[in-house]
Amino acid sequence: MLTAEEKHKIDEAIHHVPIRKAAGIEALKIVQQNRRWISDESLQDVADYMKMTTEELDSVATFYNLLFRRPVGRHVILICDSISCWVMGYETILQNLTQRLGIKLGETTADGRYTLLPNCCLGTCDRAPAFMIDNDLYRNVTTEQLDGILKKYE
Amino acid sequence: MEKPLTQHIRQDQRPLTLKEYEKTGGYEAVRKVLKGISPQGVQDIVKESNLKGRGGAGFPTGMKWSFVPLNAPKPKYLIANADEMEPGTFKDRILLECTPHQLIEGMIVSAYAIQANISYVYLRWAYKTAAVAITQAIQEAYEAGYLGKNILGSGFDLDMHLHTGVGRYMCGEETALLNSLEGKRATPRAKPPFPQISGLFGRPTIVNNVETLCNIPHIIVKGASWFKDLSLTNDPGTKLYGVSGKVKKPGAWELPMGVTMRELIEEHAGGMQDGLKFRGALPGGASTDFLVEEHLDIKMDYPSVAAAGSRLGTGTLVVLDDKTCPVGFVKNLEHFFAQESCGFCTPCREGLPWVEKILGSIDEGKGRLEDLDLLHEHTYNLGPGKTFCAFAPGAMEPLQSALKYFKKDFEQHIHEQRCPYHNGRA
Repeated sequence: MLTAEEKHKIDEAIHHVPIRKAAGIEALKIVQQNRRWISDESLQDVADYMKMTTEELDSVATFYNLLFRRPVGRHVILICDSISCWVMGYETILQNLTQRLGIKLGETTADGRYTLLPNCCLGTCDRAPAFMIDNDLYRNVTTEQLDGILKKYE
Repeated sequence: MEKPLTQHIRQDQRPLTLKEYEKTGGYEAVRKVLKGISPQGVQDIVKESNLKGRGGAGFPTGMKWSFVPLNAPKPKYLIANADEMEPGTFKDRILLECTPHQLIEGMIVSAYAIQANISYVYLRWAYKTAAVAITQAIQEAYEAGYLGKNILGSGFDLDMHLHTGVGRYMCGEETALLNSLEGKRATPRAKPPFPQISGLFGRPTIVNNVETLCNIPHIIVKGASWFKDLSLTNDPGTKLYGVSGKVKKPGAWELPMGVTMRELIEEHAGGMQDGLKFRGALPGGASTDFLVEEHLDIKMDYPSVAAAGSRLGTGTLVVLDDKTCPVGFVKNLEHFFAQESCGFCTPCREGLPWVEKILGSIDEGKGRLEDLDLLHEHTYNLGPGKTFCAFAPGAMEPLQSALKYFKKDFEQHIHEQRCPYHNGRA
């Protein structure tokens, strides 16, 4: 079931476009923001509300990198693996992060705190290497800073 | 040296408020066109300026606009492409975060020029600071009467919405962007029909890059010949150039169009880091051919970079140094392209992962000499005209040029069955 607030936000998105379906991505974003990921049940609810089939909506949901069709942790780490970050030490940062968290790319820590995902170029190449945790961008990252950064999300 | 796009950016990089922007002459272009220049007149000025699209393709903006039928029934759309996702590119971020009103003003004038009444800023998800700045600026512009109904009493209406994407490189391709805005998978559309005739929701639509749109108000206020005089070459205007990689001071700078790659790297980026030598650079993002030492003195404008066998692209250089493995470098690029291929057409969907695997094998010391032939074949089979859109041909540009300029490195990996750079990597 979509909440009243979710429905209200989705209605607002529908208001900005001439075809109801066009707000489908926006609707998925709204639900994900509320529930962290899009379960089969959520997908069905959104599809019903948007007057789409689940298949049609899932074709969209599975296409975009940042719509999560599998559960994610309370904080999502998106580490930039594109060229400038790679040149500037992405592999070292990744190795340190995976060791500290005890997970590989694509996995979630056992306590459900972090999910670690690769992401393409974050558009901050002059301050590489970089990653994001939720809405926060970290740039010119060194391995020494990792503990301090992760502490903010404890 | 004039820097129209960036001169008013605050030291602390906070976005200019509406009042601050107006104090610098902001919204003068909107007043000027709404008071006394016809839409065709605006198009003529932009055509005369010979401004070329700054998103990477370099197509003349005035000509792009001219294909929109001016008398077509409403609605028509104008879209700012702020989905900056080309690896190595970080120029539009600066304009979005620091001068959101400059973009909005450029969009109002451009929408007026094609008589569009609905506009979208298509912003990539990762640009959180920009999203806040743009949202705030759109609200201010509505309150001040620069957006909405009957703008400044002119009878011209324009609505503007911010749309944040959910992450796919393909969304930067204009027809894929349109599909994404329609709530679909971001796969490219067949052209023709071109978006100017049948774009968003089947209506005439223009999609312009952020830096392109930011140039428009200045061209309107100061004129086409002023714009041409900004450049060191026949390719007009300034350009937001950038340098990343192992240089002393990576960054982005607005400079006259046509500075050389040497000036960018040695003067503006402070030269290579100590102990490292320049080996090559991608001049304008991941999908451009390498330039090497012999090209250091070419002028970084659209025709000169094209004459050197590459593309100016986004104008943001990614530098390769002599301690970083060129094979690993290209493998990283092809990994990106393989991941981001939308999967719509077969050569791209199947070819790019194959290319990535071959490069991976070579990088790991398991390569065979015939792998180089296979890679060459791919640069042909995934090249221009073989795929549905420009994505795969773009992916082949750094590969084909790496095979040409760094051939010995590829061969050394294969002969020695190891990566000779391995310990030198980051």
